[in-house]
Amino acid sequence: MNNHPIEIKNLRVEYPSTGRGVPAKTAVADLNLEICSGEIFGLLGPNGAGKTTTMNVLLGFTNATAGDASIFGRSARDPQARQNLGYLPELTYYYKFLTAEELLRYYARIFKIPKAQRDQRVDAVLKLVDLDHARKRLIKTYSKGMQQRIGLAQALINDPGLLILDEPTSGLDPVGRMQVREIITRLKDEGKTVLFSSHELGEVETVCDRVAILHEGRLRVIGAVDALVKEHDCGLEQLFLRVIGYQPKLKTA
Amino acid sequence: MNNIFVITSIVLKELIRRKDAYVLLIITVLLTLLSGSVNFFGDLRTVRYMKEICLLLVWICSVVIAVTLTARQLHAERESRTLFSLLSKPVSRNELILGKFSGCWIACGVALLAFYGFFVVTAVSRGDGWRLPEHFQAFWLHWIMLGIIVAMVLCGSLVFTAPSSNATINIVIIVGILMLGRHLGKLALHMNGPTQAVALAAYYAMPHLEFYDLRDLIIHDWPPVKWNIVGFVTLYGMAYAGAFLGLACFLFRRKPLNA
Repeated sequence: MNNHPIEIKNLRVEYPSTGRGVPAKTAVADLNLEICSGEIFGLLGPNGAGKTTTMNVLLGFTNATAGDASIFGRSARDPQARQNLGYLPELTYYYKFLTAEELLRYYARIFKIPKAQRDQRVDAVLKLVDLDHARKRLIKTYSKGMQQRIGLAQALINDPGLLILDEPTSGLDPVGRMQVREIITRLKDEGKTVLFSSHELGEVETVCDRVAILHEGRLRVIGAVDALVKEHDCGLEQLFLRVIGYQPKLKTA
Repeated sequence: MNNIFVITSIVLKELIRRKDAYVLLIITVLLTLLSGSVNFFGDLRTVRYMKEICLLLVWICSVVIAVTLTARQLHAERESRTLFSLLSKPVSRNELILGKFSGCWIACGVALLAFYGFFVVTAVSRGDGWRLPEHFQAFWLHWIMLGIIVAMVLCGSLVFTAPSSNATINIVIIVGILMLGRHLGKLALHMNGPTQAVALAAYYAMPHLEFYDLRDLIIHDWPPVKWNIVGFVTLYGMAYAGAFLGLACFLFRRKPLNA
């Protein structure tokens, strides 16, 4: 029995041709990945590298062309595999006609959390994301940072063992970023497994235990952040640029 | 079933919190009361044309509520990206479609109840007697018809990209069926060759929404329809709603979602 929160074997995702002369696109090619319990794992890569497609397969949004992806040993295609999973999509605008409290109750009911526990859970996550004071306000009145934090709260409502965060600090100001980072660190202390994608390499270096760098759908580098930095004798940003083959343009006289 | 109920509840909350239905109800109330205060044709029985105007407004408003509420459901979920939060939970795509359908249909039923409540109160206050079986039949079949419309629009929202085009095309189809549906069969008999085949195929394939229109029965004080016919038409409506829902589930399962 497999107990890894995430296991991906020979994953391949191809998007069919959209028209004559447009070739089929391979978004992910032969990806193998295992994420261990309790670790914070960063999925890095330039736009179009296959990060979001990989997440989409794990979340059941996209079907794999070949290979397999499982969550806690259960096929990612099975909706029940998501019972112990929390997901924060990038830049989501939650139902404007609901308050934070109502939104969280709505998601809690999907997880069939009993009423007494539901109220406790709503209180706990609202406190965790520091939105307790705004719980009765309609979400449409929230700032961007508050929207992102309510997004984190909904991802945590079922007390999941695994969290998938898609660019959790995207579009936030420095204070908002710091708050989200603090929440992720707190989740790590609670023993949660977190998979997150980000373009903020400094943030990834600070928060992640291990990282994987994808480029053109293929896994290029994987390892512990400290070990990679030591092995390549450079910072994560430089390693990232080297892996994706970026050549800085030199100024000509 | 739990997930369907939960999704249903959020659609109902949306109808309650948004102003659309209230605005349409207020417009209906105002226009009906206005029509009741003026005697247009010197008819001593003003109650008859007041009932006609009120029922016409109820029909227009109910179709507008059903189409607009349903057309924006999946589109809004996708646009605001809440679709991804929802489907990342243990909710299947079929449950989402069924939840949206039942939410919109029940929401339409609640709005329709308010409209018919106003209609009955107005009619009775103007001297029309209590005609419970007729009023119930009119409400029930109207609601069943809204079920077909909701399922049809939900299906359309997986075919058309923009909710406005989905709503417009569906309203044109609904008005077309209501106005021409009953005549298409007779027209087809006067046609020849392939045109006749196409017209007959359309006649037999389309949902005959005009079966659900009992306005004349209420306006002209006709006796109620036989209950077995009501039952048959209910089953006919459920079959069409089921077919549209099945198609919607099939299309949604095949549709790629890109978070």
